[in-house]
Amino acid sequence: MSIDKDKIKHISKLARISIDSKKSDSLAKDLTSIFKFIEQLNELNTDKVEPLSSILNTPLRSREDQINDGKIRDKILENSPKKNEEFFVVPKVIE
Amino acid sequence: MSEIIKKNLSEIIDLIKKKEIKSEELANLYIDKVNKSKKLNSYITTCFEHTIQQSKEFDKKPNLNSLLPGVPLAVKDLFCTNGFKTTAGSKMLENFIPQYESTVTENLWKEGAILLGKLNCDEYAMGSSNETSYFGNVINPIAKDTVPGGSSGGSASALAADLTPATIGTDTGGSIRQPASFTGTVGLKPTYGLCSRWGIVAFASSLDQAGPMTKSVKDCSIMLEAMAGFDNKDSTSIEKKKENYSKNLKTNIKGLKIGIPKEYRVENMPKEIDELWNKGKSILKDLGADIIDISLPHTKYALPTYYIVAPAEASSNLARYDGVKYGYRSSKGNDLIEMYENTRSEGFGDEVKRRILIGTYVLSSGYYDAYYLKAQKVRQLIKKDFDENFGKVDAILTPSTPSSAFKIGEKTNDPISMYLNDIFTVPVNLAGLPAISVPAGLDKKGYPLGLQLIGKTLDEQNILNVAYAFEKNCNFKNELKNWWL
Repeated sequence: MSIDKDKIKHISKLARISIDSKKSDSLAKDLTSIFKFIEQLNELNTDKVEPLSSILNTPLRSREDQINDGKIRDKILENSPKKNEEFFVVPKVIE
Repeated sequence: MSEIIKKNLSEIIDLIKKKEIKSEELANLYIDKVNKSKKLNSYITTCFEHTIQQSKEFDKKPNLNSLLPGVPLAVKDLFCTNGFKTTAGSKMLENFIPQYESTVTENLWKEGAILLGKLNCDEYAMGSSNETSYFGNVINPIAKDTVPGGSSGGSASALAADLTPATIGTDTGGSIRQPASFTGTVGLKPTYGLCSRWGIVAFASSLDQAGPMTKSVKDCSIMLEAMAGFDNKDSTSIEKKKENYSKNLKTNIKGLKIGIPKEYRVENMPKEIDELWNKGKSILKDLGADIIDISLPHTKYALPTYYIVAPAEASSNLARYDGVKYGYRSSKGNDLIEMYENTRSEGFGDEVKRRILIGTYVLSSGYYDAYYLKAQKVRQLIKKDFDENFGKVDAILTPSTPSSAFKIGEKTNDPISMYLNDIFTVPVNLAGLPAISVPAGLDKKGYPLGLQLIGKTLDEQNILNVAYAFEKNCNFKNELKNWWL
């Protein structure tokens, strides 16, 4: 798989990362070599192999749906880059 | 400079227990040396007022029955520490102050340890040389301009330079064991699920594990005992009784079967590493172990598998950094989407962006089966390789790394050559197994090299015992010259 500038543009849109067009050439080169490396896996026939979805032999635990904390609004807001009273502030979303 | 801080953790604990040194005196010795060792850049944050205040409190009413009584410790800056900056080595979290404590660090404080500071690491633990940190390169105390390995590079450097008596790191593909090998120290990656992941900045959740980094195997057993344990807050935490690794440590390994996998003899591996591996075999043989040749046929596919699975999970985990709830926010952008895109572009470094893009691509519509599903299938084959061999052997001996510590800048332009550092450590993460790196010798340049012992699931005691026996018979010495002072 060769990764070109258009593909970089598409993936970076999906990942919500703006990529400087000056950097996208070297990024395309790096990703192409990485994909060449990981495509070694195609040498293996895995038609009859079950994918490994969990390394643990036991299923994930579930718990009762009980409130075990709360009243931490101020703590949660503590690190917000922009807030207004008890709200996170973001750029305008609706006209 | 005091001789006391050169000692192993277990010796320091003895001094405290015998009341030959107070916690506050000890804290001051470390603080003094940390202040003089800025050249190494191993600390991102220090919290010395807190350290002194806590050690004074300990000295007033010392609980000498705890595992780490009044011991000052620095930890990798990936563990959330309540009220103290936790950056993950990223501009994105440069000013992030957690409002809660990670379970693993909480366990250490419950055993009497006291926070000294937060240690440098590769950004979001993505790197093998500590060169991706937003806070700059860390220097390996073995030689100027040499990397300490990564991603727990600050931890390894600080430990080797006596800037903390022991420390903890995280290991997703080798991030504890590779820097331990590069600095002549001991590093253990526990079984997946033994140490809680709660409060650790997430990289790849099915691979991440926290573990101890220490100056000796005994120290490693003490630290593991302190940090491990079931935690309700981590859905993949294993429910089991706590083990007394340090009390049960023994050197008798007679009759143990040690496997030597032929696939770990890779092309272009320096002769010294092969020789060291042979030395390891003969030491264990002399101690009464049976050395058995084994095959792990899918070893060469471990790294390609890892570079699908880890970026895929990282792209999902790092989606949370959007500049809204915490972390860096860009001032540029006309709407919400542009704000997200600029925040993530300015807040993440190149390696992190590279991995998010790989992960996004392999999970994207039309490519999931070809990459992610394929990798999950190969991961199954890699795990099976180990499962089948652990019927025949009790532990596996391999080199920890394919080279000793390299120069700063030597591998930064070629991501693949950087990734190849983890060729011997990555299979263990994919299979969820425990493994320990023990210092075994020096190369021509005088740089340390380590050997790795891989164990069965939850068989930490066994690999600690083999490592302990090996350490006692290997006579490894790594005298540092303190050139940076």
